[in-house]
Amino acid sequence: MHLILFFLFAGFCLAGAINLLLQTHPINSALSLIVVMTSLAVLYLLLGAEFLAIAQIIVYAGAIMVLFVFVVMLLNAGREERTLGSRAAGVIGLPAVVVLLALLATIILHTHNLGASSASQPITDTAELSAVLFRDLLLPFEVTSVLILIAILGAVALARLGNGERTVSK
Amino acid sequence: MNFLPHDVPLTWYLLLSAALFSLGIVGFLFKRNIITVFMSIELMLNAVNLSFVTFAHQWHAVKGQIFVFFVMMVAAAEAAVGLAIIIAVFRVRATLSVDRIDLMKL
Amino acid sequence: MNAIIHHEFIIYAHLWLIPLAPFLGFLVNGVLGRHLPKWLVTTVALLAPFASFSAVLCDSNASLLPAVETLPFPWLNLPGLHIDFTLTLDQLSLVMVLVVTGVGFLIHIYSVGYMHDDPGYARYFSYLNLFLFFMTTLVLAGNVLVMFVGWEGVGLASYLLIGFWFQKPSAASAGMKAFIVNRIGDFGFLIGIFLLLASFGTLTFAEIATKLAASPAWTGGILTVICLCLLAGATGKSAQLPLYVWLPDAMEGPTPVSALIHAATMVTAGVYMIARFHFLFDRSPFALSVVAIVGAATALFAATMGLAQNDIKRVLAYSTISQLGYMFLGCGVAAYSAAIFHLMTHAFFKALLFLAAGSVIHALGGEQDLRKMGGLRKKIPITFWTMTAAVVAIAGIWPFAGFFSKDAILYAAFLQGNGGKVFWFVGLVTALLTALYMLRLWYLAFFGESRSHDVHAHESPWSMLSPLVILAALSVCGGWIGIERFSAFLSPVLGARTAESATPHLELYLSILAVAVALEGWLIADKYYRRKTERPAQIAAALPGLYKLLFNKYYVDEIYNAVFVRPLLVISRYVLGWVVDGAILGGAAWLLGGIATFGGAILQRWQSGNIRSYAAWLAAGAAAVLLFVFYTSIGTYLGAHGIDVHWMGR
Repeated sequence: MHLILFFLFAGFCLAGAINLLLQTHPINSALSLIVVMTSLAVLYLLLGAEFLAIAQIIVYAGAIMVLFVFVVMLLNAGREERTLGSRAAGVIGLPAVVVLLALLATIILHTHNLGASSASQPITDTAELSAVLFRDLLLPFEVTSVLILIAILGAVALARLGNGERTVSK
Repeated sequence: MNFLPHDVPLTWYLLLSAALFSLGIVGFLFKRNIITVFMSIELMLNAVNLSFVTFAHQWHAVKGQIFVFFVMMVAAAEAAVGLAIIIAVFRVRATLSVDRIDLMKL
Repeated sequence: MNAIIHHEFIIYAHLWLIPLAPFLGFLVNGVLGRHLPKWLVTTVALLAPFASFSAVLCDSNASLLPAVETLPFPWLNLPGLHIDFTLTLDQLSLVMVLVVTGVGFLIHIYSVGYMHDDPGYARYFSYLNLFLFFMTTLVLAGNVLVMFVGWEGVGLASYLLIGFWFQKPSAASAGMKAFIVNRIGDFGFLIGIFLLLASFGTLTFAEIATKLAASPAWTGGILTVICLCLLAGATGKSAQLPLYVWLPDAMEGPTPVSALIHAATMVTAGVYMIARFHFLFDRSPFALSVVAIVGAATALFAATMGLAQNDIKRVLAYSTISQLGYMFLGCGVAAYSAAIFHLMTHAFFKALLFLAAGSVIHALGGEQDLRKMGGLRKKIPITFWTMTAAVVAIAGIWPFAGFFSKDAILYAAFLQGNGGKVFWFVGLVTALLTALYMLRLWYLAFFGESRSHDVHAHESPWSMLSPLVILAALSVCGGWIGIERFSAFLSPVLGARTAESATPHLELYLSILAVAVALEGWLIADKYYRRKTERPAQIAAALPGLYKLLFNKYYVDEIYNAVFVRPLLVISRYVLGWVVDGAILGGAAWLLGGIATFGGAILQRWQSGNIRSYAAWLAAGAAAVLLFVFYTSIGTYLGAHGIDVHWMGR
């Protein structure tokens, strides 16, 4: 059962990621990314992280991606232009990525002692998670909330209209 | 490795994570719209999250999952600020193509 | 200053005062001279040589010698090489320094009158004092290096004074010529110094002499090479073949300069150096032969050239070269005291000749050509009589000074073993020619009809005449000390005189022969330049080739120009100028600049501002770091600390 679910949603992940690369209009890429996020949530569930799965959907797919879609529509982004841009990206970047991928794959495949996920394994429940979060890691938690506050302030300061400007986009 | 119908070897999760990460880098390198580039970054972050969760499952370490939680929070903040910057740049340069935004001074 | 003195006496002037006084004179007149009134400049300028001369007189007590003074701080203090600033006064340097300061003082007095109207008055005296400083340093030096300082310094002073009227292009180039030709000789001198240091490990004269005396069988070999190198230096400074070409051109300088530097003192430095190194030259008969050959050849060669010159100062210049040849001949036959004796008497009459010539030139308002002089006997009597004394002295006629010293050299040459008689004969012929051209000068300048029109010849002022009178007195009686007493005086330094010949009265016969030859020269001159004055022109017309050769000084200057100067200029301009300076050095500099610019241009393109390019390099860097970590010793290090990184290779 796990196996079939894994194959299915892993396939969705990869398909969504490849589609993100292949689409020219950013809104299509955004939608593909939402597919990836949601599939990942299912995979988290398979790995026994129920809280994280829901958080992934609420935060990532529900908030961040919505923000992305908002901005795409606000700025009226159109299809990508075919500019030449950078030769270095292809000449140097692509081999680098290939090397990176190969290296990671080799390391992963050579690692012993990795187990497997199965239905019999316990799911980490939220109580256990919150116990650690609010007891042992309370300070980082509070600091993170301050961080988000700062982010809000920054976003507002950067994106608001200055004097004499009537609209965001031209 | 044991091939049981109910068990998925964690190695495959890790391979998926590596693949998503690489696809994220490829997107960062080759996409020309800033927003799409940003989305590729989010993809990379998610890939890393997946490998964190995998290892948390391996050793039954709750802290691994909490780390993912924090990554999500920071990613949210980063997305907000980053998109605000993109809006500010768009106001001045009137373009969303990464190749045209190549001056430090606007 | 605490100078280390060997003898403590009440009236004894420190040796370092002797060079110091002229040096102070140089500084004061050189720096402040333009702003001081003329009488003050004169006082300072005359005080300096007077102070030196007085100091020398104070130290002239023979029982004090040798006196050695060393300054309390060393010059070079290295392992294996220790050199101090040492001044030594022994009999030889006493004679030299008496001549230098005494004659120098007289010439300073003369210059007061001669240079009175010159705008560069203070500059002249500062240079003259500078020369005196270096010359006294040279003569009083206790080691070769201090002597070399003086050597180079007098060359510098000579350059400055020859080119004193530097606005004249001929004077400026004459100064350069003198300096460069001197330098060529100095190169030989330097090589000699290096070889001396390598062979003896010390440069102090006394120590070298001691070391040589300790090994009496050491002759030839490296010593010959050293002697020849030193001879090269002496040849340059003392204007012998082949480096004499600068001395005739040096007559562009003021006449007192010619008298002091190019007659009495600087050009004798070479002779002094050979005499100072006599213990070295004695060990190398080959080198001594070379010295004698050079001296004799130069003497004859220069005398022939003096016959055909028309400028009064040029005749005297060639005469100087010829007499210096005599001194070298004296050294070459190991008769060092005779050479120094001739050096002393020559200083007297040659300085007198130049100063009197200056007086003649002054009387005629600047005329230097003999063909335009004549009939001055009655008009400038004091100049005439003093010059007569000098001319007779240089001709070597008894009982004037030149006779005794020249005779001593010829006698020693006659007695010498291999080839001595040839040298004697050459010396005799040269004596004939000397008498001939000097008397020619005498007759042309003072006798016959006056060929200088429109000029009122007037006698010089007393500031110029008094040195003439003193030097004339010295030219008459300067030789009366006799060679026996003189060489006995110098024997602590130069060794005893060689044994007398077996034949008694040989010296007397040779002297009579020499005087007869000189008188014969006088008779010839009398015939051609007083009585039948049209004959010389006829002879010149009859032998045009020979006359041209002599008049153009055997075309030596032209030969040197073609063989040495032109090729050097070509090499400098094209090889060194274009190739080395332009291509190699300029190219290297351009290359360095080019590399920087080129590298910068390449690196500049890396910072394009293009985000995708930056991302690509980021990815490449990340891949490189990971590879580095997993595949190198970093991994081992991490593994030792409990972090297992190296999965590979299992």
